[in-house]
Amino acid sequence: MTNAIEINCATGEVIERPLTAAELTQREADAKAALDAKAADEKAAADKEAKRLAVYAKLGLTADEIAALA
Amino acid sequence: MATTYSLISSNVLSSSAASVTFSSIPSTYTDLVVRVSGRTDTAGQAIDTIQLQFNGTGGTAYSYTRLTGSGSAAASSTGSSVSVINGYYVLDAATATASTFGSVEIYIPSYTVSQNKPLNVIGAQENNNAAAYMAATAGLWTNTAAITSIAIQNGGGNYVSGSSFYLYGIKNS
Repeated sequence: MTNAIEINCATGEVIERPLTAAELTQREADAKAALDAKAADEKAAADKEAKRLAVYAKLGLTADEIAALA
Repeated sequence: MATTYSLISSNVLSSSAASVTFSSIPSTYTDLVVRVSGRTDTAGQAIDTIQLQFNGTGGTAYSYTRLTGSGSAAASSTGSSVSVINGYYVLDAATATASTFGSVEIYIPSYTVSQNKPLNVIGAQENNNAAAYMAATAGLWTNTAAITSIAIQNGGGNYVSGSSFYLYGIKNS
């Protein structure tokens, strides 16, 4: 079961309750958005690295020389 | 000397939870600070995202701009008309070094005034690995209501036991 914690700052009361159906649905959507952003980050980093390596290749550098520049 | 930085409420989880909400926040301060030491159980991930929502309202009233660095790569992105503010990569998740927690500070100025609510989220993930993230996020809740509750969620997992949440109020005098 997935629970939420609610802390009432006025009374100090702490309530632990299961997430509602709507909260579960929203949580899934929010999680997907976060994962999509992470995937976009990783793709951007991979694309940048590929471009960097392509430039080195055009310069005629060997793999060892490229590694030495990293 | 006046006390200008006061603990309003706190909670250290004794069992896992998907979210932690501070409700009935008093309006007697000028700014709010939330400090989180957090780790989630999101499978297959070393990092996780803290997500913020105010007054129980989702919809499309949130936007953010964030910068992240992993130690080898930097990235940035923006989100607008979304249902939460995403503070990316400041929490540890399941595959991060065991028993480590990300540390986060959220600063919300002028949380009771009748204007849109800007804030910032700054944090660092802890990971005994070549890749460990730190991030800064500028967020905006486009709503003029006073903030009376803050829901602190994450990118889809549960905050694990031992994660801690502290809400402070700041007065300007």
